[in-house]
Amino acid sequence: MTLSSKQATLLVLVALMALSPLFFPSGYYYRIGSLIFVNGLAVTGIVILTGYAGQISLGHAGFAGIGAYACALMPPKFGVHPALAMVLGAALSGSVAYVVGRPILRLKGYYLAVASLGFGILVSMVLSNETALTGGPDGMKVPELGLRAVLNGWGLELTNPQFWYALSGLFLLVGAWLALNLYDSPSGRALRALHGSEVAASTVGIDVAAAKLNAFVISAIYASLAGSLLALQNRMVTPDVAGYMHSIEMVTMAVLGGSGSVLGAIFGAGILTLLPQVLTVFQQYEQVMLGLIMMLVMIFLRDGLLPSLASLMRGRGE
Amino acid sequence: MSLLSVEGLGIQFGGLHAVRDVSFSLKAGEIVSVIGPNGAGKTTLFNMISGIYLPHSGAVRLNGEDVTGMASFRLARRGLSRTFQNLQIFQSMTVLDNVMVGHHLHERGPVLSDLLGLPSSRKRSQAAESGARSLLKRVGLERAAEREAGALSYGSLKRLEIARALALDPKVLLLDEPAAGCNAVESEEIDHLIAQVAAEGTAILLVEHDMKMVMRISNHIVVLDYGEKIAEGDPASVSRNPRVIEAYLGAQAKEASDARG
Amino acid sequence: MSETMQFLLSGITVGAVYALVALGFTIIYNASDVVNFAQGEFVMLGGMITVFAHQAGLPLPLAALMAIVLTAAIGVAFNKLAIETARGAPVVSVIIITIGASIFIQGVAQIVFDKQLHRFPAISGDDPIKLLGATILPQSLWVIAGALVIFTGLFLFFTKTLLGRAVLATSNNRIAAQLVGININFVMTLSFALSAGIGALAGVLITPITLVSYQVGIAVALKGFASAMLGGMGNPKGALVGGLLLGLMESLTAGFISSQYKDAVAFVVILAVLFAMPQGLYGRKSMDRV
Repeated sequence: MTLSSKQATLLVLVALMALSPLFFPSGYYYRIGSLIFVNGLAVTGIVILTGYAGQISLGHAGFAGIGAYACALMPPKFGVHPALAMVLGAALSGSVAYVVGRPILRLKGYYLAVASLGFGILVSMVLSNETALTGGPDGMKVPELGLRAVLNGWGLELTNPQFWYALSGLFLLVGAWLALNLYDSPSGRALRALHGSEVAASTVGIDVAAAKLNAFVISAIYASLAGSLLALQNRMVTPDVAGYMHSIEMVTMAVLGGSGSVLGAIFGAGILTLLPQVLTVFQQYEQVMLGLIMMLVMIFLRDGLLPSLASLMRGRGE
Repeated sequence: MSLLSVEGLGIQFGGLHAVRDVSFSLKAGEIVSVIGPNGAGKTTLFNMISGIYLPHSGAVRLNGEDVTGMASFRLARRGLSRTFQNLQIFQSMTVLDNVMVGHHLHERGPVLSDLLGLPSSRKRSQAAESGARSLLKRVGLERAAEREAGALSYGSLKRLEIARALALDPKVLLLDEPAAGCNAVESEEIDHLIAQVAAEGTAILLVEHDMKMVMRISNHIVVLDYGEKIAEGDPASVSRNPRVIEAYLGAQAKEASDARG
Repeated sequence: MSETMQFLLSGITVGAVYALVALGFTIIYNASDVVNFAQGEFVMLGGMITVFAHQAGLPLPLAALMAIVLTAAIGVAFNKLAIETARGAPVVSVIIITIGASIFIQGVAQIVFDKQLHRFPAISGDDPIKLLGATILPQSLWVIAGALVIFTGLFLFFTKTLLGRAVLATSNNRIAAQLVGININFVMTLSFALSAGIGALAGVLITPITLVSYQVGIAVALKGFASAMLGGMGNPKGALVGGLLLGLMESLTAGFISSQYKDAVAFVVILAVLFAMPQGLYGRKSMDRV
C-alpha cells in the first residue's frame, strides 16, 4: 500500500512524537519537545501564508503576542477560563488579521515585508508601553490551564512537562493535518496558483485578494494558538513574544526546512529551537550561529534543507 | 445577439494612444481574429477586454452587460477566459494541477470544508481532477499530467494554457497567439482544437501572426494598425483590402490567397 | 515657542542621520535591487569600531577613519559573499539573507566588543550653543554639516563625474551598462563601499550624542528605510527629504504627543506611505507588463 505524501508526513510526525520520549535522558527533554511543537504550530501557519500563497509576513509574532496576552489578561479581567481565553485570543487575532490584512496584502515583496514588520513592532510596542495593563517590559503572569489536574482526576498521571509535550504535540498534529488537507484542496490550489501568477489566477476566476486574506487570517490564528500555548506552559509572558526577532525566527524556521512543505517547516522549527539548547555553553555565540545559518542556507540551499537533502538522496536530475 | 461587444475602446500610455476607438463584436460560435503589425495594440486590446487594463474610453459588453473595467476574476465568473502571449503558467505546480485550477469556479467551496478535508471537499477535487484529465487528453498532454509545469517545452505550455482556459467552460475565449512557437503539426492541432471549441458554441477572439491559420479558420477579421481599426470583414475581403496590404500583409498576401487556393 | 524650536532642532539632527542611512539604502537598492536590512549595522560598526580603536590608543580622527574604512570593507565583503551569490533568488530568500547578515554582525559585535553603551568625546565639546531661541549641541551641527557634505558630494559625483554616471547607468540597466564597457563588478563594489562608509560616518557623527551599543542597528535601519520609502525608494533627493521629514515628525511626536510612542512614528509613516503613495514623494509609478 503506497501512502500519499500527506499520510506519510502525518505518520512520520506521530512516530517521532510517540517514540522520541523513549530516548529522553531526562524529563527536561519533554519541555524542549513541546517548545518545538509550539514553534512548529506557528510555523505551519507561515507555510500556508508564505509557502502556499507566497505572501511574506515579518510581523506574525504580533498575533502570537495577542494570543499569549489574551491568556494572561482575560482570565483575571473577565473571569474566563484560560482555555476559553485561548479561543477568544484566536478569534481576536483572526479579526485583527482580517482588518490589517485587507490593506496590507495589496502590497508585494519588500513593501509587504516591511508593512507587516511595522505591524508586528507596533503590537510589541503597545504591549511594552502599556505597563498598567500588561506589566510592561517585565511581562505578566499567566494562570494555570487546569487540564492536567482534570486528567489526573481521571487517572491519567502526567508530569507537567509530559502533559505539555502531549498537548502541544496534539495541537501540532491537528494543525499539520489541516494544512496538509488544504494543500490538495480547491482552496489550496487557489493559493498556490496566485503564488505562481496573480494575473493568471484572476483569469480563472480566483478572487486573489480574498484568497490572500484567507491565508493571512488562518496563519494568524495558528500563530495566536501557538502564542497561547507558550504562555500557558511558561505561566509567564513578556512583550518579546510579539517582537520582531520572534517574527523573523518564525519565517526563518519555515524557510529553513523548505517553505513549501509542512514537514520541512516543522523540521526547521526543530533545528532553530534546538540551537540555543545545543549552544548553552556558548550562549553568546547564539546570534552569530543564527545569522550564519540564515545566510548559508538561503544562499546555498535555496529550497530549504529538506528538499535539498531529498534531492541529494535521489541524485541530481529526474 | 452578440456575446461580446467592444465599443469605441481606447487607452493612452503617457501621451501615446495605444488603442483608439476600436469597435467590433462576436457571436456565439464565431471565430474573430485580430491582426496587425507588431505594436498595433492587439495585446493591449486583449488586456482591456480581460480586465487587466482599465480603458480610458469606450465600453466592453459581455452578454449585453457593461463589464468595462471589471476585474478579471469577475469576468471569469461571467464566462470570459483567456490565454497569454507571454505564458502565465503556474510554474511550480504540476501540469494536472494547472488545469485543475482552471476548474476553480466549479471546484471552489468553503475554506473550512477544505481545511477539514470533508468528503464534500474531496468530491469537488475529484470532479476537477477528472475534468482536468479529459482536457489534458484533448490537448494531447495527458501523459505529462504529473510533471512539473516548468519542465515542459514552450509548445506544450501553450497547449496547457489553452486547456486551463477551457476548464472554465467559457462562453468567450480570448487566445493570445496560441500558435506562436509551434511547428506546423502543432499549429494544425491547435487549429482543429479552436474549430471544435467554436463548434461547441464558444465565441473565440484570436490574436495570431500565422496568416495561414488566420485565413483558414476565421469567420471575421479585424485589422489594427497604430491602435486603430483600419479594416474588418471576412478573410477574402480583408486580404484584398489595399489599406491592409499596405499596412502589413505585403508578401504575406500571396501566402494568404494561396491558403484559400 | 522655544520648546517647538528645540524639537525642530533635535528633529533635524536625528533626521540628518536617518537621511544618511536612507541614502545608504538607496545606493544599494539602485545597484542591486535589494533592500539591505543590514544597513543599520554599518552605522553601529562606525560607532563601535571608533570607540574601541580610540580606547586602544588611537587618536579620535584616526579611529574614526579606520572605522569608516573597515566598515566599507565589510560592506564590500557582504556584497561579494551574500548578495552576489544570491543573485536571482526570490525576495523571501534575499530578505532572510540580509536579516541574517544583520543578526550575524550583531552577534560578532557583542563578542568582539561587548554589550554596553559607549561613547567618545564630541568633536568640538559638549557646551550647548544658543540658536534661534533654543539650544543645540555643537555635535548636532557637525551631524547636519556632515550630512549636507555627503549629499552634496554624492550629487556632484553622480552628475559630474564619469564614474558617477557609470554607477547611475548600471543601476538603470545592468546589461546595457556592461555592453557599453562599464565594469559592473567595480561599480557594485563601489556602491556597497559607499553605502557602508556613509552609514559608518553617520554612526561616528551621532555616537557622541546618542551613544552606541551592539543593538542600535535595528531601529536605525527601520527608520532609515521608512525615510527612503517616504522620499521614494531609489531617489537620493528623496532620501534627504524623507530623512529630515521623519526626524521632524518623530521629534514633534515625542514632544507634543508621547515620547514612548515616538518610535512608532516611523511605522505609521511606512504604512501611510505604502497605502497612500507607494512610490513616495519623488518616486515613479510602476506598471506591470503582461
